[in-house]
This record gives sequence, structure tokens and C-alpha cells, in this order.
Amino acid sequence: MLSHLNHLPSDERNTFGGCLMNETIRELLARVGGLPVAVTELENGADLYVAGLSSFASVQLMLAIEEAFDIEFPDNLLNRKSFASITAIEETVSQILKAREAA
Amino acid sequence: MSLAAVATDMSLSARARRVAEIAAEFADRVDHEGRFPKEAAEAMKTERLLGIQIPSALGGEGASMQEIAEICSVLGQACAASAMVFAMHQIKVSSLVEHGETSEWHESFMRELAARQLLVASATTEAGIGGNLRNSICAIEIEGDTCRLTKDATVISYGAHADAIMVTSRARADAAPGDQVMTVFRKSQYELQKTVDWDTLGMRGTCSDGFLFKGEAPAVQIFPKPFAEIAAQSMLATSHLLWSAVWYGIAADAVLRAQAFVRAAARKSGSAQPPGAVRLAEASNLLQLLKANILSGLKAYEDAKADPDQLSSMAFSIAMNNVKLASSETILTIINQAMIICGIMGYKNGTPYSLGRHLRDAHSAQLMISNDRILGNTSTMLLVQKPDTSLLG
Repeated sequence: MLSHLNHLPSDERNTFGGCLMNETIRELLARVGGLPVAVTELENGADLYVAGLSSFASVQLMLAIEEAFDIEFPDNLLNRKSFASITAIEETVSQILKAREAA
Repeated sequence: MSLAAVATDMSLSARARRVAEIAAEFADRVDHEGRFPKEAAEAMKTERLLGIQIPSALGGEGASMQEIAEICSVLGQACAASAMVFAMHQIKVSSLVEHGETSEWHESFMRELAARQLLVASATTEAGIGGNLRNSICAIEIEGDTCRLTKDATVISYGAHADAIMVTSRARADAAPGDQVMTVFRKSQYELQKTVDWDTLGMRGTCSDGFLFKGEAPAVQIFPKPFAEIAAQSMLATSHLLWSAVWYGIAADAVLRAQAFVRAAARKSGSAQPPGAVRLAEASNLLQLLKANILSGLKAYEDAKADPDQLSSMAFSIAMNNVKLASSETILTIINQAMIICGIMGYKNGTPYSLGRHLRDAHSAQLMISNDRILGNTSTMLLVQKPDTSLLG
């Protein structure tokens, strides 16, 4: 599913299936995050827990991201920090995609 | 060892044993009257056990979580309420030690705690939050250098007897319920108006009454880190480990009583084994499982301690949740076995084999953060977490 990304130069890897990874994450956050604020109003670096992301919703978000990007979060990335902001999620997902490419 | 040598043995275990002796002497009265174990608390101060977790550089002894757990278990064998007060105090101190080092005020408070042996309580539960301490309704008000907080705290264990209280609240008036901070208030900085009486089945001496808390203090007394991080990186683990150590103590004393009963019966009946002997073997087996479970949890904590990412990882949270679930359930089975072994002598109060207080105190374990809530949290995490199936990992 991700094989078409392999030829991309590294600075373009934050796109996924023609969409920006950032947009996909924001869509998923809006769908399952249950935040009291509009996702469009959140800055990329905003602390999602401060914005009201509950631990249950953060797991729902992880599941949705795993499904959307066809990845599995390894145990060492399943912590608060990896999901603390939209930027952090992007980095986490990119890290997994990159590791898979290298494998 | 001579009596004089025992009295001057300043090792942690000797000091804990001296406190336990006093705690044991008053345990039944504390339980019966539902009063604070003031003699044991005083002894903890005399033996300077309240500040042991604080680093030596700040006047403490830098005691490890394992050493503190051992003291909880020694005290738990004598008086569960005294042990729980000690455990809850140490859980609060762990927040200071792990998260207060970057703040000048919290560092000076640690010095003072160690020097003056201050007893610290906490107010994390609140009317209307449904038992989830990671949510607050009340919000701290900051005006200039001062902060003010009013909290309808449904439980503040030994609140009326503490020298300071750590209180959670929302970080600002417009913060989400989960966006919390924790603030240290000294006794002179708050008023407590009792709203709920602690008249319970067990753990009666913890005097966990409900209060309307009203405090005002310099704003520097707010922890610089969000409460979410404090909860994830120190409170969750230390609570489950130290509570479990107290519960282990209760169960260990129950097994000791059952064993004394079986032994006395065996002596009387000559060669015939008393009928309860087989159950004693079962109880001993369960006690060993319980001990192994807590020890592995303590080891996991010591291993993870240096790495905040690991402390807030799902694998670690699940491991700590499992320690709590297993110990809180296993002690009831163990004490019940001991009760069947001792029969009516265990059921009656005031015999050397009495187990009523043990059983009543132990029933609190499943409710201190409801096991159902913990099971729910763990099952949520298991949706994404991949278990490590190795034996040593």
C-alpha cells in the first residue's frame, strides 16, 4: 500500500496517498479525538492532552492511524510523548514508515 | 542483640520495626474507634521515616522505592491503617522527588519536610468527577504571585492530621477537565471544613474524611509540570507498588496467624495433622505469588525510573495495573483461607488468631481506584499495545 512512497525523496515523505499526512491526522483527530475544540483551530505543536484528548480517545486515535497508514506502533513509541501533538504524531508515523523502508 | 543495641540500630528496617511495634499495640483501638493512628505517626517522625525518600543532598536519605515498600510491608503486618498513611505520604513525596527538583520552592520544601518530618496528604478526588482523579472540576485562580483554590474534596486521607496537602485542580478557569496542575499547600495556608465522615468497614484509621478545602498560597507552590505527567511518571507506579506492599503485609500477618494456629493444633493432637494444614500450604503458595508479583513490579519501576518515556509507556502502565489488580484480589483469597484455617478463633475479635480487622482492611484494596476502572483502562491499552511474551523481558 505504501510501496509508491518508496521512490519519493525524503523531504516529500510526509505525504500519503496524495494527501498530506498532516491533513489525514487532523481528519482522524476530528473523527475520534472527541476534543472540545475544533481541530482546525489547533496548531500543529499544540498539546493535545491540554486540549482535552482523553486516554481512551488517544487509543482510538492510535487505532485509526494504524488503520489509515497501514502501520503498527511498536511498543517503544506507545507513550504520551508520541501522541502529544499533531507534529509529534507526524514524526512518530514518519519514523515507523522510514524504519519499514529501511528494512 | 541486647536491648540497648536494638534501640540504637539505625538501619531502616530496625527503625521500621520499632514503629511497627507501636503501631501493633494500638491497631485494634485505632480500628475500633476509627481514629488516626497518632502513636504510630508520632513514631514515624521520631524514627525520621517521613523524609527518607528525599535525596541526601536535601537532608533525606535517598531511600529507594524497594526500601520504602519493605517498610510499608513491615508496618502493614502491624496496623494496615498506619501502613497506608505511611504509603500515601511516600507517594506524595515521590511526586516532590521526581518532579520538584526544577523548582526552587519545591526543593526548599523537601529540605523542610526532611528536617521537620512533615506529614503530607493529598486531595485528588472531588465531588462530581466520578472517581477519575485525572479530571478536575475546580480550577486554580492565579492573581499576581498568589494562587487560590476551593475544592469539594470527597476524600482527603488523614487530611485533618497532615502538615501539608497536595491538591489537584484544572490549570486555569478555561482549562479542559484533564488539563490539571498540582499545588502544595501548607497547613497554615488552608482551611478544611469537614463535609463527609469516614465511617467504614476497614482502613478506619486512615480517617479519609471529606472536606471543603479552601487554600491560598504563593503561586510558586504549583508544580511546574502538568499533573498528567506527574500521574503517569510517578504517582501511578508508586501508588500501585506501595499499596500492594501494605496489602502484602496484611496478608503475610494473616498467614502467620494461621500458621501459629495450625502449629498449636498439631502440638495438641500429637501426630495427626490438623485439617487446616493443607489450606495453610495453599495460602503460603499464594503469598509467594503475591510477593513475586510485587517484587517484579518494583524491579520494573527501578529499571524504568531513569527514562520518562518508559515510565509513561503503555507496557509499563499495564504492568503496574496488573500488580495492583493481582495483589488486591489475591490478599482476599489468602486472608479468607487463613480465616477458614483459624475457624471461630479467627472470626472472633481479641484472640491471637483474630482476622476480622485484616479481612475488613483488605476489602479496601479492590476499591482504592476501582479494579473495574483499572481493568477498563488496561483493556483499552491492549487494543494497541503488543505484549512482550519473553519470560525475562
